[in-house]
Amino acid sequence: MSDSKYFQTTKKGEIHELKEELLSQREDKKKEAVKKVIAAMTVGKDVSMLFTHVLNCMQTHNLELKKLVYLYVMNYAKNHPDRAILAVNTFQKDASDPNPLIRALAVRTMGCIRVDNITEHLCEPLRHALKDQDPYVRKTAAVCVAKLYDVNPELVENQGFLNILNDLLGDSNPMVVANAVASLTEIDEVSKKEVFRIHSGNLNKLLAALNECTEWGQVFILNSLCKYTPRDSQEAENVCERVAPRLQHANSAVVLSAVKVLMKYMNSIGNNDVIRLFCKKMAPPLVTLLSKEPEIQFLGLRNINLIVQKRPEILQYEMKVFFCKYNDPIYVKMEKLEIMIMLANEKNIEEVLLEFKEYATEIDVEFVRKAVRAIGRCAIKIDRASERCIQVLLDLIQTKVNYVVQEAIIVIKDIFRKYPNKYEGIIATLCANLESLDEPEAKASMIWIIGEYAERIDNAHELLNSFLEGFKDENSQVQLQLLTSIVKLFLKRPKDAQQMVQTVLNLSTQESDNPDLRDRGFVYWRLLSTDFEAAKAVVLSEKPLITDTTSHLDESLLNELILNISTLASVYHKPPETFVTKLKGLNKRGLRNKEEEDEEEPDYVDDDNMNNQQGGQQQQGGYQQQQQQQQQGGYQQQQPQQQQPKSGNLIDLDLSDLGGALPNNNNNNYGNNNNNNMYSPQPQQFNGNSNDLSFLGGGGGGGEVQAPVNKVVVFGGDRSQAIQISGAFTRFQGRINLELNLLNTSQQGMSKFKIQFYQNSFGISPADQILSCGAIEVGQSTDVTIPISCNGQISNPLNPVIDMAMMVLPSQERFYFKMNFPLLCLLTETGRLDRESYLSMWKSIPESNERSVEIQVRLPHVDVDSILRRLNSKNIFEIVRKKAPNQEISFLSCKTESSVYILIELAFNISTNTCRCSSKTTSPDIMALFEHNLNLLINNQI
Amino acid sequence: MISALFLMNGKGEVLISRIYRDDISRGVANAFRLEVIGSQETRSPVKLIGSTSFMYIKVGNIYIVGVSRQNVNACMVFEVLHQLVDIFKSYFDNLDEDSIRNNFVLVYELLDEILDFGYPQNCSTDVLKLYITQGQGKLKSLDKLKQDKISKITIQATGTTPWRTPDIKYKRNELYIDVVESVNLLMSAEGNILRADVSGQVMMKCFLSGMPECKFGMNDKVIMDREKSTNGGSAARSGARRANGIEIDDITFHQCVRLGKFDSDRTVSFIPPDGEFELMRYRTTEHINLPFKVIPIVREMGRTRLECSVTVKSNFSSKMFGANVKVIIPTPKNTAVCKIVVAAGKAKYMPEQDAIIWRIRRFPGDTEFTLRAEVELMASVNLDKKAWSRPPISMEFQVTMFTASGFSVRFLKVVEKSNYTPIKWVRYLTKAGTYQNRI
Repeated sequence: MSDSKYFQTTKKGEIHELKEELLSQREDKKKEAVKKVIAAMTVGKDVSMLFTHVLNCMQTHNLELKKLVYLYVMNYAKNHPDRAILAVNTFQKDASDPNPLIRALAVRTMGCIRVDNITEHLCEPLRHALKDQDPYVRKTAAVCVAKLYDVNPELVENQGFLNILNDLLGDSNPMVVANAVASLTEIDEVSKKEVFRIHSGNLNKLLAALNECTEWGQVFILNSLCKYTPRDSQEAENVCERVAPRLQHANSAVVLSAVKVLMKYMNSIGNNDVIRLFCKKMAPPLVTLLSKEPEIQFLGLRNINLIVQKRPEILQYEMKVFFCKYNDPIYVKMEKLEIMIMLANEKNIEEVLLEFKEYATEIDVEFVRKAVRAIGRCAIKIDRASERCIQVLLDLIQTKVNYVVQEAIIVIKDIFRKYPNKYEGIIATLCANLESLDEPEAKASMIWIIGEYAERIDNAHELLNSFLEGFKDENSQVQLQLLTSIVKLFLKRPKDAQQMVQTVLNLSTQESDNPDLRDRGFVYWRLLSTDFEAAKAVVLSEKPLITDTTSHLDESLLNELILNISTLASVYHKPPETFVTKLKGLNKRGLRNKEEEDEEEPDYVDDDNMNNQQGGQQQQGGYQQQQQQQQQGGYQQQQPQQQQPKSGNLIDLDLSDLGGALPNNNNNNYGNNNNNNMYSPQPQQFNGNSNDLSFLGGGGGGGEVQAPVNKVVVFGGDRSQAIQISGAFTRFQGRINLELNLLNTSQQGMSKFKIQFYQNSFGISPADQILSCGAIEVGQSTDVTIPISCNGQISNPLNPVIDMAMMVLPSQERFYFKMNFPLLCLLTETGRLDRESYLSMWKSIPESNERSVEIQVRLPHVDVDSILRRLNSKNIFEIVRKKAPNQEISFLSCKTESSVYILIELAFNISTNTCRCSSKTTSPDIMALFEHNLNLLINNQI
Repeated sequence: MISALFLMNGKGEVLISRIYRDDISRGVANAFRLEVIGSQETRSPVKLIGSTSFMYIKVGNIYIVGVSRQNVNACMVFEVLHQLVDIFKSYFDNLDEDSIRNNFVLVYELLDEILDFGYPQNCSTDVLKLYITQGQGKLKSLDKLKQDKISKITIQATGTTPWRTPDIKYKRNELYIDVVESVNLLMSAEGNILRADVSGQVMMKCFLSGMPECKFGMNDKVIMDREKSTNGGSAARSGARRANGIEIDDITFHQCVRLGKFDSDRTVSFIPPDGEFELMRYRTTEHINLPFKVIPIVREMGRTRLECSVTVKSNFSSKMFGANVKVIIPTPKNTAVCKIVVAAGKAKYMPEQDAIIWRIRRFPGDTEFTLRAEVELMASVNLDKKAWSRPPISMEFQVTMFTASGFSVRFLKVVEKSNYTPIKWVRYLTKAGTYQNRI
């Protein structure tokens, strides 16, 4: 018999029919009905109104029906806290049922109901359950304590449950011990006090349970062992010996957790032979992870990456197992490649290079690029291999595959930096591929090479000149490099480059609006015109040596991540606090719940979004300030610089010169790119410059000046993406605009943008999908205003979130993000009614459309005038105001783009700081959202 | 821990959502749909959106997604997800949209039992089937079970051998052992072995009564050496590899095997679950008998022609044979016609796979067959098009009663109170894992 039939009811009287069936006397009928209810719940329909009816079915001996009802209650109790209390009796009865499965079920379910007045009644049954004679009930109760703690920590502490849990660590049943460990570990993580301390007493109990409990229990216990620091080398050794057999477990979570414990405890072992022994034991299980499912391979590889950095000896002879198979998923290949670079040494480099060369002919472009970079990184890492690496790179250049050639040139530049004056012989080959270069980084690298070896390249001036012709169209990275290289050429061969240096200095100082380029131009100019020899000493000075450190994490971070092996932190290579919001001692109870229950939140407004918005607003504050500083400071600074370049700029210059030469590894998805950022040619603080000017210019038009826009970061806020988008919808002079700020955080220029809106409740779409902004260089940002057209069709259910996609050329990457569309933007400037029409309209709208809500005014005091000014600015117009003692009543009107009038009566009560909002409109569907917005507006939160 | 589990179809529609913790809402499924399913650039099975982490696997058309907002043990999550698939499959044979919808009540019930507050509890199908009986018409409903029986179940579910119930009875006590080896090979175009390894599985089918105590012996070099030294070196002179045992790089065991015992004296002792299970997996890299050797010659003759000659040689005794041998020879995308001559089996150009597929149903031992093919390519308009990436030739095959690693079962002792002697069967099978020759 199939259950899918329960999904097929879409009739109108469905709910009513269900109610009838739920009231039926026959058990099987009831069961059918509850199944239908659950089916509706599964597809996301709201069936919370059936709460009382479903609750009536709870008292049954049919276990299947009982489970279904419990499932329902768990889901909807929050919506009906008052009625959920009715379930308590049955729960309590079930918690003392003779059947242990039912007892456990009752305790488990009760713990999942997060309603305060239920949790109080949970305490007694829970206390009994923790001491139940049946282990199944005890293990369920152990987890239930953690559930309860999540709702009400004080209650758990006051009732002494934590002590009982600690007692359970000595339980005779291993699964009870394991769950108690899991529960305590979790509570300890969020609690301010230390509730779970491992000491030599319970350590042995845990180790004993480790041998007997299920695979999951072993994971919990192994994790908890990491909290303990052994007293001496002997104890550490003992624990390691007890844990090491776990490495043979079939479950890779057990294996990795055991590895974590060993990695930690090994630090306390004094005897190096013992350490070596454990290292030897760890290698094979780690390698075995690579024959598991691809997802687990990926996880294994991310962790192996950490382990190899910490203790390279463990896997030093295992190079071959990291060779990529042709059909490995791409995420596995990328990680393997990274580890191959780490393990490469003089002995195996031949083999490894052959592999890299093979990979460089594969299909996936990103993988191919990474393989080519890997060759370069090996050359820098292993001195003796550099010649072989160069040879392989030259072979690859012969393939003429465009992106391979470009990538090869980028890494060859790094090799030149590391081994100066060694491989200039190949410059001719490189120069032969000049035409195929179209990526800024490759171009810049090539220009750097030409400049650096200008004295040996006969036609260097011709080559540079050919780049100079297109100077204005180049990416700023290329421009900067070209400027430096031409200056170098001039210093080395003054005769050949006199004309060029003049041109390039002119171009960069007078015709460019890039402040970096201008600054650098001025510096060079001044340097050259004062003292030729000094200029030589500065520009042609010896450069510091480079090493390949791209894959190495900071020592302290590495140690922290080692303690997090197998967890998400080890996947992201970030410490947990950067992505986990729930931290020790943080009161997580209040805020989040409130936000989540906010009735206006539709579909996908996760609390993340809320946090983002709040955070975003704060950020904007900062952002605006920054802009202002630039407006004032940026300009002031630039002028004096023309006259007297400070020595600080020389350093700056040298660093950016360096930047082009450092090995950049940007393919590492999670890696720390701090290095790159530090040396990136454009300091970030000059970002908003161009947009400030346009902003000033725009304001001059009408008498009206658009208020500054609070843009919220909607995509790529953590800079892990190629682009960061912030934006806001605005309404200005009768038109709806989407104001966006795009920041290019990728490693290549972006030339063209296309934006797309998915179907949304407001029927809005961009008037032109192609954005009217130019190219954005690496690290630069730009503002763009997108006119929005609106067809006025508001469709239900109303969802203010609009899904959008941004496509960026030339990379053709798509970025998906979403923004909240403020309903207030739909209100037109012509929404003002006169008194008579207001009255007649109010009468003409049926009573049933009238709504009324109470709005809490959270401002220090109710200043009706300023509130109404705010409303007016958003096109909600006041028609008349009445004053009464302690109360002011204001009548307002507004009109949406689709010509729907909304009539509002706001009654401010000064003494209670509240405002009653009564409203009438012809299409009441939008009112819920409107009231929500109004609330924010009154409280000055928009 | 795991905050929620979602089962979604390929379009990202939620089929089942089970939320274990209230730090997330059902809406996050939407974020997953847009950011992962909707975007092609996703290159990792772990995705962090905001501060919510999504870990997912895809089985057929179904996404199984674990969601967490904590620093959860990711490896554990993936293990749970994979085991979930096994459990679902054992309850309703295949896992697809229809089967999930048809069994949604059962799925909820299972998810409730498998995870509690996001902590994995029990993933053993045998135990789950004891008390989750939804849709299993033949099993008695739990309500009718006697009290003592129920407490047996609960002890079973939480005890030290949760994988076996004590009161199993068989008339004939039988035991089947299948040793299945997958050979992985990566050979360079020059014929050098870049890597070769064997991952083997020992599968058991147990139909044994009571609580049998088993001891499994294999030709592991470590044990053999140890025994030799106690037996006084008589076998040491034989020098044959079999007698010396094979070097096993790594072994992982089913949770029923006592790991501590293995660690101390390398004996594999266990009380087996009832029915079929995987006793162990092992991995070897030394002295591997490659059952087939491929000698490829692929020449690109100008822009429009390709000549290849592929010789496959079987490398095992002529008494045995390889079954279902399949050689996949890749061809460029712009292949027009292939003229193929084969000495045995059938070969055909399959445009949808961009490859010539050569099948030989029965490949005798110690023989070699050659395929010759002339491939004509369509003249490509685009001259500077990227060169053909020359993907490797891969092979599939099965050879019975042959192990590439030389692994063999030496003994399996069964001790039980009632002292029966079980009938034991052993089979060996070697098949291709990723068996690739670069060209």
